[in-house]
Amino acid sequence: MDNAQQKTKARKNLFSKILTYLLLFSGAFLSLFPFYWMFVIATNPNHVVNRLPPAMIPGDHLVINFLNVLSNINFFGAMFNSFIVSTAITFSVLFLSSLAGYAFAKLKFKGKNVLFVFILVTMMIPPQLGLIPSYLIITKLGWISDLRAIIVPGMVSAFGIFWMRQYIKEAIPDELIEAAKIDGCSRFRIYWMIVIPLILPAFATLGIITYMNVWNDFMWPLIILKDESVHTIQVALRLLNDAYVRDYGMIMSGTFWATIPLVIIFLIFNKFFIDSLTKGAVKS
Amino acid sequence: MADYQPVRTKVKSGKPKKRFMSEERKDALAAYLYISPFFIIFSVFSIFPIFFSFYLGLQRWNGLGSMEYVGLRNFRLIYEDPMFWKSIYNTFVIALMGTLPQLFVAFLLAFALNSTLIKFKNFFRISFFMPNVTSIVAVAIVFGTLFTNSETGLVNLVLSYFNISPINWGTNEWGLKVAIASMVFWRWVGYNTIIYLAGMQSIPNELYEAAKIDGANLRQQITYITLPLLKPVIIFTVFVSTIGSLQLFTEPLVFLGRTMREEGITMVLYLYREAFVNNAFGTASAAAITLFFIIIVFTTINLLIANRLGNSK
Repeated sequence: MDNAQQKTKARKNLFSKILTYLLLFSGAFLSLFPFYWMFVIATNPNHVVNRLPPAMIPGDHLVINFLNVLSNINFFGAMFNSFIVSTAITFSVLFLSSLAGYAFAKLKFKGKNVLFVFILVTMMIPPQLGLIPSYLIITKLGWISDLRAIIVPGMVSAFGIFWMRQYIKEAIPDELIEAAKIDGCSRFRIYWMIVIPLILPAFATLGIITYMNVWNDFMWPLIILKDESVHTIQVALRLLNDAYVRDYGMIMSGTFWATIPLVIIFLIFNKFFIDSLTKGAVKS
Repeated sequence: MADYQPVRTKVKSGKPKKRFMSEERKDALAAYLYISPFFIIFSVFSIFPIFFSFYLGLQRWNGLGSMEYVGLRNFRLIYEDPMFWKSIYNTFVIALMGTLPQLFVAFLLAFALNSTLIKFKNFFRISFFMPNVTSIVAVAIVFGTLFTNSETGLVNLVLSYFNISPINWGTNEWGLKVAIASMVFWRWVGYNTIIYLAGMQSIPNELYEAAKIDGANLRQQITYITLPLLKPVIIFTVFVSTIGSLQLFTEPLVFLGRTMREEGITMVLYLYREAFVNNAFGTASAAAITLFFIIIVFTTINLLIANRLGNSK
């Protein structure tokens, strides 16, 4: 009898194991399939999208489709614009957030708590509320179709300050700061020589979050960047997708080549990416 | 920095009682300097626009000529516009369809990943998360080719194996919503899986072992151990994803393309269309203000429920 019981238990275990793997593999399949599909369409002529059965293996139109992309949008220019904007904003956010975070974590000043709570509250306001006046300000500044219109408002981040303040508070003992002050270090020197080397992990996390957000941002660039020469890659892709003659091979080719650099970087640093992008969420 | 350079020389010159700046004042001055970039840029590009929105909401303006004060007329105009109500309805329906199943599946996937003897854990983690590094525009374009109206479209083809007749994803009331919701689902399910997984990994294994010894089955383990201990994380994810999906914009805009069909228009898309397609900045501002209050009310309800759930345990 014991034996029989063990047998049913083993069978039950095997069954649940199969079920678990089935769930996980179908999850992985559904997650990865669109990437594969992107590649298949990007390497096939337009008509295969409507063929029965649909194309499931890559074709030989890899180069032709991409050349079509190049003749429709300024692909490399748009990638470069995205790169410029994301890099500029990321460096600025890292610098200004850590500087402000250092002030909130380690310096004494009047109104500190009120100002910090104010920053937290601003994180709750939906960005669409000020959208139209922001657009008017940019118009007044003459920054329509100017990358400055994306970079300057993005230079500071409430979340960045919050994130840096928490990290600096935990990572750097007050005694260290006090000792440096006694040695005659200026506040900025303390920040530059002591704080920064100790918060590099926080830089990396905030950097990834910021870079990804800016790279993928769409609404604001769509409204501001009217001239094609300043389009970011997201706006350019949308233009490609909205062309009157829909060449799916071309559209997917543009989408594929715009997506693949990030995917490769993600695959190389996957652990770091996943930790960074989810850590920001869990902590707050 | 230059501000307190002279101060230091004064300190060094050995007249500590006469220095005009104490350590506290130096602290304060430096601090104000360091936080000022945020407050300057934020005031110009966020705080001022927010207040100006409320002003604009009371004006009639096409963006070029002069403004004309019209009181609450803009609000009346949009509240009488059936499209506006449609956009609110659409937003909530899509938000519900995109988030609830997503969080449920994320929970299942995380639970499966968390079971002890699973191989290829890292492969699964990476695959689940990969959609999240794709831009929303790219997701919407790719899903646009999966959810095509024709019967040869991939999703329709798969459905035909289940004897479901082809659906016009681009025009059908529910088809559009399902297509848009599935984009949200795809891009975020892995992200939430990883968050749940992190939460589950912090639950000590001894709890499960003890429950097993007491004869608890899998279902009981989930309802009495995993769910209660994961509650803060679950509340957090519900909170973030519902607020996020009230602001849906890119998915419907790219998927609808030039048509902007009303079946798929969301609150933010309505606002965008009023302002940047119809050049009606007054009504667009009124829509923005309404959207703001809807989000506030929704957030408050969310917080109340969360608190209630949190206290009941």
